[in-house]
Amino acid sequence: MEMTITEKILAAHAGLKDLCPGQLINAKVDVALGNDITAPIAIEQFKRVGAKRVFDKERVVLVPDHFTPNKDIQSAEQCKILREFARDQELSQYFEVGQVGIEHALLPEQGLVLPGDLVVGADSHTCTYGALGAFSTGVGSTDLAAVMITGELWFKVPQTMKFIYKGKLRPWVGGKDLILHTIGKIGVDGALYKAMEFSGETIDSLSIEGRFAMANMVIEAGAKNGIFLPDRITEQYVKGRAKREYHFYTSDRGAQYADVREFDVSKIEPQVAFPHLPSNTKSITEVGSVSIDQVVIGSCTNGWLEDLRVAAKILKGRKALSNVRLIIIPATPWIYRQAMKEGLSDIFLEAGAVISPPTCGPCLGGHMGVLAEGERAIATTNRNFVGRMGHPKSEVYLSNPAIAAASAVLGRIGSPEELS
Amino acid sequence: MKIRGRAWKFGSHIDTDAIIPARYLNISDPQELAKHCMENEDPVFLKEVKTGDVIVAGSNFGCGSSREHAPIAIKARGVACVIAKSFARIFYRNAFNTGLPILESVEAVDGTEAGHELEVDLVHGTIKNLKTGKIFQAEPIPSFMQAILDDGGLMEHIAKRRS
Ligand code: SF4
Repeated sequence: MEMTITEKILAAHAGLKDLCPGQLINAKVDVALGNDITAPIAIEQFKRVGAKRVFDKERVVLVPDHFTPNKDIQSAEQCKILREFARDQELSQYFEVGQVGIEHALLPEQGLVLPGDLVVGADSHTCTYGALGAFSTGVGSTDLAAVMITGELWFKVPQTMKFIYKGKLRPWVGGKDLILHTIGKIGVDGALYKAMEFSGETIDSLSIEGRFAMANMVIEAGAKNGIFLPDRITEQYVKGRAKREYHFYTSDRGAQYADVREFDVSKIEPQVAFPHLPSNTKSITEVGSVSIDQVVIGSCTNGWLEDLRVAAKILKGRKALSNVRLIIIPATPWIYRQAMKEGLSDIFLEAGAVISPPTCGPCLGGHMGVLAEGERAIATTNRNFVGRMGHPKSEVYLSNPAIAAASAVLGRIGSPEELS
Repeated sequence: MKIRGRAWKFGSHIDTDAIIPARYLNISDPQELAKHCMENEDPVFLKEVKTGDVIVAGSNFGCGSSREHAPIAIKARGVACVIAKSFARIFYRNAFNTGLPILESVEAVDGTEAGHELEVDLVHGTIKNLKTGKIFQAEPIPSFMQAILDDGGLMEHIAKRRS
């Protein structure tokens, strides 16, 4: 039977030769992830049913990244639950402050998630690892508890939608713009319950960071997972990080797709998603005059080294407008150090930025840059829902790092092309 | 099990940040979470919703983050069930896992206005609008998920299978 990559990975983990969309399966999970928001509830459930040991102490990964370094007493208590559980269960993959980074950048960087894996995480952006050719999807805390005990979980096999991108990218356009444009076209439930498979000549040469940003945001179209066929670029990223075997799966020629969409990327400009939905996208030239109070460059979507390099290119020798707060958040400690070594941090500090330790922070209105009533931010994050970065009457605009950096200098949403 | 309550109507794409804002996620006590349910979206709902009332929403209800705090907050606020045109998939799983009854029916949502009195039969998935007298049939719950519900939730289901 001809299958898509998503179907093949699910079949392999369910011990089945083939399967079809709609089928309910029970599958083995390679890696299970929890964070400081979701894991405490999972741990409570784990204990409530009297479970003693996790299914595999190497494969249950706990990352306290949302409200850390602990922003208040309640957050500290949540993190303590993770720390004690990790110690009692002798988990090898628990990341304390100093080692901790934003989970979806940290796991790939540490080689913990690999091509061909089946990964679940109690965080909706777990779909990020699809960039490596893995099946990965977000679940809730109770599902996580179930996986921590059994190493398995039930899934409904999703239908797959195929997205083909052709043509050469314009200047300052990257993976973030492709996914924002796509969500703008299909809507925030355009891929509800489905797999989004990305391919085409543009994708073949897209950087791994660009792919992470795209897979990261498939949840913003309602998708179950996003996935790329692993190739030379995947291999380059994974080799040297992987400490166990991995498998490159691919989609068969005759595989069935629920829908196929094609995009000519040479027509796609940098995108900005207006409040309060990621699908509210406009091209940068249609934005008009939107003044801003804050710029955030970071998150699991765009806190990668490549993103900081792009931002530094634009900010070099320039300054953020004095009434704009520019916050830069390297996604992991390794990215943080690398940014220092490459001189990016100096450029940011000279531009008037503050550099935060790796954390989710303002992305979810947690800390390190919460907005007041009526304030407006442009951010390289992935959600602009009402109140996402703070006050319910504040606004978040989403963009790539180049637009965000240029906007800091301009004091309004704008493009690097506008800088002298 | 029959539910009888007033309908609170919401639009499409009600996200989990609207249901329970992230600033409260360092709390896990259901009663505390309930105090902020829909706070950003509809402060009137938060103040006036009564135990046994029903949320009636458009498509993609519960989109956004995977926080189980969302169905927990809705349930703890006393909402007896959520009827929507469709649910975001993580919310759908979480609702089952935390015991918040949910039903999918486009017709019931279109045929209900805010304040209408509804009678919901969870076993048969029927929704009766007591104001208009119309009866709607929701999508059947997959038998596999019904088994989880019958065992009293996913954790109990697993505990039973392992013993
Ligand atoms: S950076 Fe934002 S979207 Fe990513 S895991 Fe953290 S809170 Fe979630």
